[in-house]
Amino acid sequence: MIESHLPAIIALTFVLFALLIPLFGLWKEQLCQPLAVLGSGLATVFSLMAFATYLQTGSIRYFFGGWEPPIGIEFVYDGLSGFILLVINAVAFLVLIYAKQPGRQEFNGKELAYYALAMLMMLGFNGMVLTGDLFNLYVFLEISSLSSYALISIGNKPAPFAAFRYLIIGTTGGTLYLLGVGFLYTNTGTLNIIDMSAMLPMLVDNSSVVTALILMVVGIGVKAAIFPMHGWLPDSYTYASTPSSTLIAPIGTKVAAYILFRVMLYLFGIELTDAVIPISYIVGVFACIGIIYGSVMAIAQTEMKRMLAYSSVSQIGYIIMGLSLANPFGFAGALLHVLNHAVMKACLFMITGNLRYKEGHSNISLFNDSYRKKYPWTMASFSVAAISMVGLPPLAGFFSKWYLALGTIDNSNWLFLAVIIVSSLLNAVYFFRILEKVYMKNPDADKQEEPTEVIEYNDVSPSMMSPMAILAIGLFVIGFANAAIVGILLDIFPL
Amino acid sequence: MDLSIVPLLAILVSLAAVPLILMSSAKPNLREAWTVIAGLIKFSLVLTLLPGAIEGNSVELHLFDLAPGLPLALNADPFGVYFAVIASGLWIFTSFYSIGYMRGAGEKKQTRYFASFAVCLSATIGIAFSANLLTFILFYEMLTLATYPLVIHNEKREAINAGRKYLAFTLTAGLLLVAASAIIYHYTGNIEFTPGGVFGDIELPRNTMLVVFILFLGAVGVKAGIMPIHGWLPAAMAAPTPVSALLHAVAVVKSGVFAVTRMVGFIFGTDVMAAYGLNDILIVLAGATIILASLIAFAQDNLKRRLAYSTVGHLSYIVLGIALLTPLGMTGGIMHIAAHATMKITLFFCAGAIYVNLHRTEISNLNGIAKVMPWTMGAFVVGSMGLAGIPPINGFFSKWHIILGSLEGDMIIPVIVLIVSGLLNVGYFFPIIFRAYFKKGEGLESYGEASPFMVVPIVITATLSVLFGLFPNLFFNFYDIALLVGDSLFNGGTP
Amino acid sequence: MVEFFTGHYAYWFTLILLCVGLYGIIFKRNLVKKTIGLAILQASVVLFFVSIASKWGATVTVIDKNIPVEQVESYLNPLPHTLMLTAIVVGVATLGVAFTLMIAIYNRYGTLDEQELLEKIQ
Repeated sequence: MIESHLPAIIALTFVLFALLIPLFGLWKEQLCQPLAVLGSGLATVFSLMAFATYLQTGSIRYFFGGWEPPIGIEFVYDGLSGFILLVINAVAFLVLIYAKQPGRQEFNGKELAYYALAMLMMLGFNGMVLTGDLFNLYVFLEISSLSSYALISIGNKPAPFAAFRYLIIGTTGGTLYLLGVGFLYTNTGTLNIIDMSAMLPMLVDNSSVVTALILMVVGIGVKAAIFPMHGWLPDSYTYASTPSSTLIAPIGTKVAAYILFRVMLYLFGIELTDAVIPISYIVGVFACIGIIYGSVMAIAQTEMKRMLAYSSVSQIGYIIMGLSLANPFGFAGALLHVLNHAVMKACLFMITGNLRYKEGHSNISLFNDSYRKKYPWTMASFSVAAISMVGLPPLAGFFSKWYLALGTIDNSNWLFLAVIIVSSLLNAVYFFRILEKVYMKNPDADKQEEPTEVIEYNDVSPSMMSPMAILAIGLFVIGFANAAIVGILLDIFPL
Repeated sequence: MDLSIVPLLAILVSLAAVPLILMSSAKPNLREAWTVIAGLIKFSLVLTLLPGAIEGNSVELHLFDLAPGLPLALNADPFGVYFAVIASGLWIFTSFYSIGYMRGAGEKKQTRYFASFAVCLSATIGIAFSANLLTFILFYEMLTLATYPLVIHNEKREAINAGRKYLAFTLTAGLLLVAASAIIYHYTGNIEFTPGGVFGDIELPRNTMLVVFILFLGAVGVKAGIMPIHGWLPAAMAAPTPVSALLHAVAVVKSGVFAVTRMVGFIFGTDVMAAYGLNDILIVLAGATIILASLIAFAQDNLKRRLAYSTVGHLSYIVLGIALLTPLGMTGGIMHIAAHATMKITLFFCAGAIYVNLHRTEISNLNGIAKVMPWTMGAFVVGSMGLAGIPPINGFFSKWHIILGSLEGDMIIPVIVLIVSGLLNVGYFFPIIFRAYFKKGEGLESYGEASPFMVVPIVITATLSVLFGLFPNLFFNFYDIALLVGDSLFNGGTP
Repeated sequence: MVEFFTGHYAYWFTLILLCVGLYGIIFKRNLVKKTIGLAILQASVVLFFVSIASKWGATVTVIDKNIPVEQVESYLNPLPHTLMLTAIVVGVATLGVAFTLMIAIYNRYGTLDEQELLEKIQ
């Protein structure tokens, strides 16, 4: 009977460990990291079990305390939420394994705070994904946001300022979302997503419903860093510590994108979303601008973390573009890209972390060909992740672009197709630039100058290496197994 | 005997050699032994498919779905086997030649060189045996990536710029191919290589068809060196000569013309090409390329660059033969794939031997070298006369068929183009031969013939050129296969 | 026309508050003032929710012995009130985090002026 309680159990795991970590951590600080790994590991296992159950028996609606909506609050475990849960929990599990050594180096003595906050943030994300209630979603949104502000402020000197700006922008976004929920509540008298989606078709022309939709899209768009609301992202990811940025970058924006899926495709439905104003198309155009803008800015960066941050702005655009297409291929492509990008970005941020751990910096202009010998596995993983980001087969990144391309063609949307192609080329520019530096001698360097120090193998220890390697290998696995994944995703498509 | 696994094995055998090559980095002899062994196994595997191909049979293998409804599938049809025999056969010669060249020139990073070479061959055979466009894209991109380390091999500024240029052209091409495939898949639901084309009765608006064709042509035309998108090829001559010989005269560029043939005959189909007037575009581009490339070749003093422009011109012979859309033209084009391969590899081998032996790269420095390198220059004469179309060398035979093909199609301009180009070929090769044989050399006293590792492959490929000219069906029944393929692409796919 | 303004005065009020809050967030350079703007913004949404719960002639949502529970038109809508209790708590937590960050910023840079901070970080 445990299956029917799984949605609640997944979220409660994080509550439990968010409490256990301070408790044991005050006694022995070394226990924090294993506990966090255990917590996210358990959540991953539960997510897997729940997804298996979903595949057999369909969606699970979990009513807290047995109170059915509209009175009670429910968790809805359907294909979409199940898929996202699995992705974010599995990635968080790997990141928390990885976090041990860089955490000890970068914020020694603050590990308790980091791991407890990480659990709280994951609770917020899991709650956002699972909840079937719009106000409950706001609460979880704020839980995750507040913990992520705190996590980002654990970093180098400017980190608190970056976190503060994120806080201001993020809270404004959250407040706008809440206002939108208020508008919807006055019109429908319910907060339950499933109830509300049944009532909204009767309110197509109501201007306050349209305003509510816009407010919600803008509010969540801030969290998802859709252009032009991405301003907080580069600073936050750059200045945060390695474990923080590695945890937040692959997961944070994806969950916000998921909320947009929920609102636009499930709550309103695509016809209703576009009934008065073609909102999905407008969002898609902004996503396209974001894709190009993010890629161009990424090329201009010399700090690898900032480059990856801008690349995130660009990649989130793909996901939103797939959403805006609102056809099965676009949907499957976007969700596959959620998975791919989470894996690629986690891997790339880990690589940056490895370099910072060993070299003390991640400034691209200082990279040289000794890295190839010193960190062969880190650099091999980088090559894999970079090629996947560029979108070459058989790596995972190619296939999400393939499905997105099919989606754009299904809608005869040639502009979006062109954007996908151009941005892939821009990706190639900023990733091959690094590969060139790492794998080749600097041709302009002084020929006579022989390396004085002997270059020896100096790659990171297994606790940092294995999560990175698993993710890099995962890119091959996802690439070859994508037909199965996409088969499931196409079934989830709501229309 | 069940042959269905053979195409897969033929692809994997050189891939399997890569880790062995990497592991024997410290022992050059063992490392080169792996290359040669893999080459021999690959060639014999491909040869087992030849008897079936001569009878017009195909060997199909469906592995698993790359995307829903799109399997990773191999299909060793006669045309694929034909190309695979050429590529894998010449790999063996190139391997021996590489040993002589790389050691003679004292190149660094030879392990990377041999490993990349093995991957390139895997990709080339994969291209030959791909059953559908998605599989094709996979190997096409793999070839792009694996060639890159070879182009930038010496890591000088010039080579790195050439590498960037190469990537810019080929990655763009790959993305155009993805876009074109996605569009074709959208309209037809079928991107399997089918003799006679995938469009069947489906009619597209003329403009749409034109756009798809141009996208496709842009994609395959880059590797096929069609002007004006040939720019990477002369630049890529910065690579070591064996790379230029096998990749930029056989594997990569022939993959390009192979793809053009697949496009004309197996995706669009000869009927659609004619109905929409698409072949006219191809004929004009190919004709212009033939003349222009020959003229530009005159202006090159660097031997390899002159050969590169000659390659650009001769690739367009093949494209022209195919674009004529007559069985004889098709046969001639396909024959020229083999003919140009044996002749041009001979010429590049000669250029490399001259460089390693005499350290000379400019044509103006080649005075009198025939006295010290009689075998090499003898082979050079055979190769260059063959390219000019002088019987009995195999270049004459294929050219003759292309001319017959254009007469069959009542077209006179291609005939004129071919004849003029033949004269231009004589024009730019003759000065080299004249200098080598009839001018007095300086500073050649202490030199002799190049190392046997290099001279033996040169003599063999030159001999093969003559033999295939005299007996087109010798050993491999190339002529029969070319006739078979040429016929199979007309009359709706039935031979 | 006048009706449109007076009839919705609660909404106009929250709208003005919202704009004041946004103004503070966007145009004020001092981080404390930005935070004040943020608090005003949140307060405006809280007031909006509370105002949509109101009815003419109804009382607060505490059980009154004289009014039976079934007589729902005599009570305000309790749900927005409870929601806003949560939202206020969230707001307080946000302010707490904001002040913590400001203290950290001040300790590191000795200023809370956004422009100066940006210059110091560059």
